[in-house]
Amino acid sequence: MSGFLEIRGLSARLAGTGQRLLRSVDISLPAGSVRGLVGESGAGKSMIGKAVLGVLPKAVEVIEGEILLDGQDLQKVSPAERRRLIGAKAALIPQDPLTALNPSRRIGPQITDRLVDILGWTKARAATRALEVLAEVSIPEPERIMRLYPHELSGGMRQRILIASAFAAEPKLIVADEPTTALDVTVQKQILKLISELQARHGTALLFVTHDLGVVSKVCDTLSVLYAGKVVEDTTVERFFAAPQHGYSSALLAATPRHTDPSSSLKPVPREVLDAVAAEVAASDAAWRPSGGARG
Amino acid sequence: MLDGRGSIRRRSGARLWLSAAWLTVFVLAALLAPLISPHDPLAQDLMLGRLPPAWIAGAEPGYWLGTDSLGRDVLSRIIHGARIALVVALIAGTATCLLGSVLGLVAGFYRGWADRLISRLVDIWMAFPPVLFAILLIAVLGTGLTSVILAIVIIDWTRFCRVVRAETLNQSKMDYVHSAKVAGFTRLRTLATEILPNVLPTIIALLTLEMGIAVIVEAILSFVNLSISTDQPTWGGMIAEGRTSIHQAWWVLVFPLIALFLTVLSFAQFGDGLRERFDPVLR
Ligand SMILES: Nc1ncnc2c1ncn2[C@@H]1O[C@H](COP(=O)(O)OP(=O)(O)OP(=O)(O)O)[C@@H](O)[C@H]1O
Ligand SMILES: [Mg+2]
Repeated sequence: MSGFLEIRGLSARLAGTGQRLLRSVDISLPAGSVRGLVGESGAGKSMIGKAVLGVLPKAVEVIEGEILLDGQDLQKVSPAERRRLIGAKAALIPQDPLTALNPSRRIGPQITDRLVDILGWTKARAATRALEVLAEVSIPEPERIMRLYPHELSGGMRQRILIASAFAAEPKLIVADEPTTALDVTVQKQILKLISELQARHGTALLFVTHDLGVVSKVCDTLSVLYAGKVVEDTTVERFFAAPQHGYSSALLAATPRHTDPSSSLKPVPREVLDAVAAEVAASDAAWRPSGGARG
Repeated sequence: MLDGRGSIRRRSGARLWLSAAWLTVFVLAALLAPLISPHDPLAQDLMLGRLPPAWIAGAEPGYWLGTDSLGRDVLSRIIHGARIALVVALIAGTATCLLGSVLGLVAGFYRGWADRLISRLVDIWMAFPPVLFAILLIAVLGTGLTSVILAIVIIDWTRFCRVVRAETLNQSKMDYVHSAKVAGFTRLRTLATEILPNVLPTIIALLTLEMGIAVIVEAILSFVNLSISTDQPTWGGMIAEGRTSIHQAWWVLVFPLIALFLTVLSFAQFGDGLRERFDPVLR
């Protein structure tokens, strides 16, 4: 079985210190399905999203592994070709709607520029499409909104616009990096519902980065649990919530407050569980040899 | 609606219009100098030396701001002095802005070796005391308008470079730049359409400030006799001459000083006012 997005044995490290950030990550995402990436802060969730979209920070280098987007290995093509491939097939729903729209440009061109300049659409077609997707995310008066500047809109509105923009070119894959953490709780629910609906209607594959297991249970089909850049559990949502396999996953699940029980609060992952998973990562590090041959 | 924001806006409005009004007077005076100045700025008449301004006893009609020790009309000289000031402000200001901003944008956006090189250069540059540097440069280049302009550009580009680099760096970290990259825009295009519009208000504010500074620098160089040939009236030259007769004829010193002060102040205020008005984020 080969997914629309296939990540195989992806390892990355910091160029300066050599600290490993991703440890032989395997992720498979079939077309039209949703995978959650969960884990604590610093686990490398965003790093995977960035690797897929070709926007890793300069300080981070990929040591080995492949990222196949629609069958094409992104590591093997030229940077320009990679940019074109990703631009045409993938899109991003960013975390912070306040900084993800350019404050000194109007909304309209921020949606249509990409369609016209990268995908070669005519201006008229791009404008029509922008109005269409804005309507789809329930933006009232889309013509007027397109002439406004971002600061004239609320955070929820801006996130809707970013979602519309992500879906505008009908990408086959969308990476959403904690798309609701910057929003009010009430708005969060609407935005999640919206992303889910659009994803299902357009049959888009979705890589959903979050640290909220409650969100995972609502929007995802499968999930990968990350610890220190290593996938410690790769499973389906039903199986995970029924009986997580890995000790760290169970602890993470236990640490998440039940939405049905508002009195329970967030508990930290127990010390011994963390020690165990850290030891496991260390052991796999010791056994790991870069496939590129001798090093150091 | 008069909330906190509204009143700030009104203040900046008054500032913008007042400074724009003075700058208009300044530019018109410079452009129309031969037509509007009441006398020939170079005509000497020792019989009319050190006449006081029109509202003081002993004044001669027609010499509104009095005359200097050689009997030249102060108002006419100020009006003609505006020409040099305007040329220096426009050419030196714009050239400094272009050089510094381009280097700042490149350093802040592309980082890497270009940034290291440019930043090191700025550090070295800033180690020189600017006025000494200017005098040294003029000594090498020779006096004259071109030398003055060159000296200003060579000295002051770092002001733009540092600020624009910092601002570009800030903007480059924003998610919208990230999104542009994901969308597949080239680096140059991202710089031009995503970053530049956000850095532009800062550049414009700096540019007008720099125009004011250029006027001052020219005046200082005239003051120490390193600028334009002495027969062309300049504000700095007038101030230098006025200094020697401050007790007998204060007006020869004070009026060009006021013109200089208002012009420099207006440039700075105009830039800030413009930024507040046209920056969509502040607006
Ligand atoms: N630009 C960078 N340069 C160097 N190291 C980085 C950079 N960005 C992230 N890292 C490091 O990479 C690791 C993984 O970061 P990542 O952003 O993927 O975490 P995350 O799982 O998304 O966490 P969070 O929930 O806080 O967003 C962290 O240890 C972080 O310190
Ligand atoms: Mg993250």
